Amino acid sequence: MAATKTTTKPSTNGTAVNAETATKNERLAVLKTYKIYINGQFPRTESGRYYTIKLSNKEQVNVCLSSRKDFRNSVSAAREAQEKWAGKTAYNRSQILYRIAEMLETRSAQFTEELVNQGATAAAAKEEISIAVDRLIYYAGWCDKFNQVFSSVNHVSSSHFNFSSLEPTGVVAAIADQNSRLLGLVSIIAPVIASGNTIIGLASTQFPLSAITFAEVLNTSDLPAGVVNILTGEASELLAPFTTHMDVNAVYLNTDNQQEKVTAETNAALNVKRVKVEASLDWTLPKNEDPYRILDYTEVKTTWHPIGI
Amino acid sequence: MSKKQDKTQKAVIADLALDFSSGFIYEPAPESSSHVKLEKQYELFIDGKWVAPIDKKYFDTTSPATEQVISRIAEASAADVDKAVKAARNAYENVWSKISAKERGKYLFRIARIIQEKAREFAVIETMEGGKPIRESRDIDVPLAANHFFYYAGWADKLEYAFPGKKANSIGVAGQIIPWNFPLLMAAWKIAPALAAGNTVVLKPAETTSLTALKLAEVFQEAGLPNGVVNIVTGAGATGAAIVNHPDVNKIAFTGSTDVGKIIQKAIAGTNKKLTLELGGKAANIIFEDAAIDQAVEGIVNGIFFNQGHVCCAGSRLFVQEGVADKVIKKLKDRMKSLIVGDPMDKNTDIGAINSKEQLKKINDYLKIGVNEGAEIFQPACTFPKKGYFCAPTLFLHTSQSHRIVQEEIFGPVLAIQTFRTVEEVLEKANNTPYGLSAGVWTDKGSKIFNMTTKLKAGVVWANTYNKFDPASPFGGYKESGMGREGGLHGLLPYLSLS
Repeated sequence: MAATKTTTKPSTNGTAVNAETATKNERLAVLKTYKIYINGQFPRTESGRYYTIKLSNKEQVNVCLSSRKDFRNSVSAAREAQEKWAGKTAYNRSQILYRIAEMLETRSAQFTEELVNQGATAAAAKEEISIAVDRLIYYAGWCDKFNQVFSSVNHVSSSHFNFSSLEPTGVVAAIADQNSRLLGLVSIIAPVIASGNTIIGLASTQFPLSAITFAEVLNTSDLPAGVVNILTGEASELLAPFTTHMDVNAVYLNTDNQQEKVTAETNAALNVKRVKVEASLDWTLPKNEDPYRILDYTEVKTTWHPIGI
Repeated sequence: MSKKQDKTQKAVIADLALDFSSGFIYEPAPESSSHVKLEKQYELFIDGKWVAPIDKKYFDTTSPATEQVISRIAEASAADVDKAVKAARNAYENVWSKISAKERGKYLFRIARIIQEKAREFAVIETMEGGKPIRESRDIDVPLAANHFFYYAGWADKLEYAFPGKKANSIGVAGQIIPWNFPLLMAAWKIAPALAAGNTVVLKPAETTSLTALKLAEVFQEAGLPNGVVNIVTGAGATGAAIVNHPDVNKIAFTGSTDVGKIIQKAIAGTNKKLTLELGGKAANIIFEDAAIDQAVEGIVNGIFFNQGHVCCAGSRLFVQEGVADKVIKKLKDRMKSLIVGDPMDKNTDIGAINSKEQLKKINDYLKIGVNEGAEIFQPACTFPKKGYFCAPTLFLHTSQSHRIVQEEIFGPVLAIQTFRTVEEVLEKANNTPYGLSAGVWTDKGSKIFNMTTKLKAGVVWANTYNKFDPASPFGGYKESGMGREGGLHGLLPYLSLS
């Protein structure tokens, strides 16, 4: 495309726009390339494939159609990052989740515009962002508390000190609610990473833009590389790699499709993955945030030691 | 190291070795089975009654120590399982979910008490049919089984305190499939929390060890437990599959091999059945130089030779820090020479009979594999009874991570030994397995214990002890060792739905 003839239509959020004829002396907008987020970096899909999203303002964006290989790279990054992330103090993880909320809040104007461009009403967009910020803060607060509530000291009938506490399950692969633009993804990522897991999240195929912009938020929130990885693409294509990978410990799938549920649960058996399949739901409701969503991705560890001299 | 130094070191090790030689001879001390009441033939326990299987099929159950037939057991078909599930559903809808939680708990207390009263009988039958030493069934299996019912009895009317912010609801009919290594104890592990949470049960014991579960059914009758609340269907894999695949079962709890666990997880895909799996293991038992060595040696022996090594959480991979490796191995060999292998009914026996002919073959195959892989085998001299299935306690030296005897679960008295130098190295090796059920750590340094117990990826970690179990203590694995927990507060969750 000829640069001098392309659009100058200002785009506050940097969303890519169609080529339009420029009028003289107008500045050429710099378009944003939406890329995926792996190991704290923004590569294009290794496959070179893309799909096109048409926005409500008539603009269109080319989005990465991520591949099995992109997923494998994400799992490697997530595995590499997991032990260190879990090894941070709960207070530190808590502050980083809070920092994510801060970063999201400060960019709410950009997110609002992006959500509106993907078909949300302005009011709904504002509500979604507010709830997303508050949800991150909700789980930030749980980081150093869930173990106090759900651990136990066990009075065994022998002279041993015995206690059970919760540890992260490991690497989690999540196919987020395909009907949600932002909140579905945020509502899964936050409880998963709160306990020290790392995650590979697949954005909504239809509404991927805010997921990628959310990755930019993550990238400026002191979150170590690899803790959250975000891919865009076809859920139907990536369901198999997400659920069959032998180095993934748990799978989350949001779907109303019974066949996808069967596939996910069947594949999970390959290495005894913990698997949670949930029907699409209203993420704005308070009942859809609770500490049991943290527990879904934890393991109970019981430690024994003799009492004596 | 010079030859002289080498000699000196050998002399030191010889000094350190434990001397078990003495003129002391163990006279036979057999437990009597005269007070045990066993039927010649057992039917299925469905809806509170003894019911003949529809196909009229039975199979023999034998003692692995004598190869003698003890009794005949009914083989439940899919149609029998269907009857049992219907009875359990009916009891759930019309009886068990209607009575108060307090009354529910009182039934469980009663059951615990009757098991205690019949403890001796249970222990003898467990040993006769399963092959484990009478000392273990008497001191561990049976008392723990009673304790499990007693523990969960108290939970029945306190569920509202267990999971804050949520209402705890029962889920319906639980299908439970248990293994042959702790027959009565596994039945108690499964049934007690299920009933406390308000569910009803269809349970299948392992085909080689049905008797104590059937005796437990007699206890349920004696306790007046309403008909259909617990149903016991005996049989082999096909019976288990009928439970797993029954559309009116709401929850499956399985203890057994990882291979079968995966089949079950696959089979219930898409069904909304809840699932608990307690699967295989290949636990690391780690001895540091600063451990109390004599206690550690006892811990190693208990870790791998308890119950003939038929333990999913057995400490089957031993990691010894280099500086004490010679000493530990020497002491371990000496201790192994003092173990008594033989008649499980004898109170002096340390290692009883291997549970079945098939299992003995599997273990012997692994012994060959270990030797062929180049590991050095050690077995103390043992005299076995003329009949029955026995295996000497075995250790393999010079093994490496890639050996099959290090990677695969043998489920027998076979220990694979490796040495290590640093904490990082042993953590890497210990965690490098698809399993994650249990682990052991031996050191006298507290900070090292917590460093290890935090980083070992296993559901149960024993520090300066091994193979301890308790109803209050949650048990279960990471990774391919399963999902969900049994025991303790956390063991309630798999039998509840929260709202």
